[in-house]
Amino acid sequence: MENFFDLVPLVVFVPLVGLLINLFTGKHLGERGVGIVAVGASGIAFLISLLLWLAQVDTGYKPVVVDLPLFSDWISIPAAGVEIPWQFRVDTLSVTMMMAVTFVGTVIHLYAVGYMHGDERFPRFFVYMNLFLVFMLILVTGNNFLMMFVGWEGVGLCSYLLIGFWFDKPGGVGWKNSDAARKAFIVNRVGDFGLVLGVLITFWTFGTLDFYKPDELPMAAHHAAEAAEEPVFAPEIPHEAEPHIEGPMGVFNQAEVWLEEGGHDVNFGMFSLSFESTITVITLLFLLGATGKSAQIPLFVWLPDAMAGPTPVSALIHAATMVTAGVYMMVRSNVFYHASDAASFVVALIGATTAIVAGFIAVGQWDIKRVLAYSTISQLGFMVAAVGVGAYAAAMFHLVTHAFFKALLFLGSGSVIHGMEHGHHHVAHGGHDHDDEFDPQDMRYMGGLRHKMPRTYWTYLFGTLALAGIIPFAGFWSKDEILLDALKAGVDDARLEGYLAFVLLVMAAAFTAFYMWRQMALVFYGKPRHAAAEHAEESSNLMVYPLIVLAFFSLVIGVINVPSGFPILGAIFGEHEFTSWLEHAVTYAHAASFNVLLASFAVVLALVAIYVARAIYNDRALETLGQQDPLELDERTEGLFAVAKAKLYWDDAYFKYLIFPYRRAAYWLAEQLDWRFWHDYVHKTVIQKNFHIATEFLTQPVDKGIIDRGFNSLGRLMQIIAQRIRVIQTGYVRTYAWTVLLGTLLVVFIILFPVIRGMLGL
Amino acid sequence: MEASEVSIELYVLLSAILFIMGTMGVLLRRNAILIFMSVELMLNAANLALAAFARQWGNGDGHVMVFFVMTVAAAEVAVGLALIVAIFRTKKSIDIDDLHLFRG
Repeated sequence: MENFFDLVPLVVFVPLVGLLINLFTGKHLGERGVGIVAVGASGIAFLISLLLWLAQVDTGYKPVVVDLPLFSDWISIPAAGVEIPWQFRVDTLSVTMMMAVTFVGTVIHLYAVGYMHGDERFPRFFVYMNLFLVFMLILVTGNNFLMMFVGWEGVGLCSYLLIGFWFDKPGGVGWKNSDAARKAFIVNRVGDFGLVLGVLITFWTFGTLDFYKPDELPMAAHHAAEAAEEPVFAPEIPHEAEPHIEGPMGVFNQAEVWLEEGGHDVNFGMFSLSFESTITVITLLFLLGATGKSAQIPLFVWLPDAMAGPTPVSALIHAATMVTAGVYMMVRSNVFYHASDAASFVVALIGATTAIVAGFIAVGQWDIKRVLAYSTISQLGFMVAAVGVGAYAAAMFHLVTHAFFKALLFLGSGSVIHGMEHGHHHVAHGGHDHDDEFDPQDMRYMGGLRHKMPRTYWTYLFGTLALAGIIPFAGFWSKDEILLDALKAGVDDARLEGYLAFVLLVMAAAFTAFYMWRQMALVFYGKPRHAAAEHAEESSNLMVYPLIVLAFFSLVIGVINVPSGFPILGAIFGEHEFTSWLEHAVTYAHAASFNVLLASFAVVLALVAIYVARAIYNDRALETLGQQDPLELDERTEGLFAVAKAKLYWDDAYFKYLIFPYRRAAYWLAEQLDWRFWHDYVHKTVIQKNFHIATEFLTQPVDKGIIDRGFNSLGRLMQIIAQRIRVIQTGYVRTYAWTVLLGTLLVVFIILFPVIRGMLGL
Repeated sequence: MEASEVSIELYVLLSAILFIMGTMGVLLRRNAILIFMSVELMLNAANLALAAFARQWGNGDGHVMVFFVMTVAAAEVAVGLALIVAIFRTKKSIDIDDLHLFRG
């Protein structure tokens, strides 16, 4: 079984191979072939994840680090002490993420084969989807922050590509889609900036980015093991003399050691910070990264717009997997978050606020997918808040259950949209007026789909109940766990954020149940309010079967973490199975025992919210529903609904206070700084003019004055000399003859000179 | 040809006198024909010297040289007289001082 761990690179490579096949031969394979390759790649990755899970169970949950053959030295600069290997980490946390990603991914791939049927860029869609899986799996399997960052950026890229997948839709829709893609990418850049800064500070502080070195166990696990096996007959071993691990440590164990030792300052050149403060800075920067990727306040604005992508993308990337990367990253860094109370406080507050804010906005939306998008933001808020109150296991638990039921809801909404489009086509071809106003995602045009799309309806109902937290659906268990942990953090540890988070999350939970039932009522109940809804048809089996699979898991997946003390189920499925499983990788995972009062309170609250929703969106209200919501017609809630409909003016505020000033600043810089100052002043006045002056100086005094005059004088001198000499040339032959004679005589004299000298006796 | 022989010095002296006369004629006369004749005189002075030395040293090369000079002189006369005729036709004069187109 141990050999199975070596398979972990394949989790990444199989989707990679799948995407390469589709990339190069997709056009010839046809929809069927492309679908088989893409779903197969995803499915094989899931099977490998299963094997890894079995291997983990078999080897006693020991974390394993696997080198990639031929590629283990990723970044290696020995002179600078930089050593970042490309290593995969198999521990219970990464296996959990792998299984969730690949299982939900496979189901959604299968669904997408049906959903994307007939799209002209069918192969490209699956290339992107497999590419997404590659990066997501790198993100969750990496053994260091840099690999995580590679995956982090990669999934961001895929998100961008897939949101803007329909960039060429006619009628301005394509522009809206590509705008949404750009918005997602740019907003994420803000968060990624925080993450990369955090990673850099981590490296500066620890000199490594490895979570744990190979063969290193998480420190707290060490302690626990030692505590259990401590021999009774050797009590004189002083406590502080705990054996330290020899050699370099991964960041988390190093952090534990330094926190225990205390007084370890981190030098940043110009200033130095205490180790505790450094950890707070790192965790807050990581939080900024998480607010981008996991769509938290203040960076959540991209996620609702990201619904412009095809629905399977919304389900896979923008609900089940990619957006949970921030939560995964924070859970992975639980040692850091546990060490910093200040950061935890901020995290809890941001998460809980996001949960309630997004839940509130979701009430005022008409677009079926937008409601789900805000719901996703709200649920991610639950997870982040759970991290804030120290309930890391609960956060992961909610992440897993949410992946199932939110993927289900998105796929269900995709099925509804498909049905509506089908109905609309039917109407259009049936000779009715083809109104261009029609939007297949607008819930105002739906209604009564319960009878047209029964299987979608039932699965959607399962998802709704799971999300609302009704026992025994999955959402109940995980949401209850988070609420309980928040309350416990308040009561037991006297932490303010525990109380705050609890109050906000309970309210958010009520909102969740309310807006989900509002959606159920608007979409499935009442009578069809548009011809398209009247002619809507159930989607193909390829789309419905994944819904059924996910609905099944939405119902039962909660039993993986039944709280202790829960009657009957606890005895059947074991208590805290998921938490104890995670404990081997997440040092500070802990579980709370079941609290009947709180659980009943949460369920009753959800039921009341559903009841209220049912009362407001009753059959009569649905029948008379025009363009306005019943809440809008009631003067008591009119104002609130307007605020929710306007998304709490959040986007508007960004436009007003960030984007417009930014644009004005950009205009100002372009006009004043670039054009006026740089172009007109610096280039024209300073450079051009001075250049003129310099060249003028060089031409006039230097070139013309000195050089030209020098050569002219030389010429004139030659003329004067020649004037003098030319008189020699008389033109008279006799003169020349004389010259010749004299020359001859001279030559003769020179030749004869020695003879003459000898004759004269000189 | 033993005692009564004229010594070589006299030949050379005559040759030198003839040569100087020729030179003076070339340098001092202005009539082109007279200059021409003076040139012939200088050539013949040289011929005399050549013949004298040839006889003195019993070497025939000098005689050969004399014939060459006489041949060249004949050719030169033909060309030179033609030139003088041509000059006369254009200038209506054979005074060489009238010919100073090369003056600088």
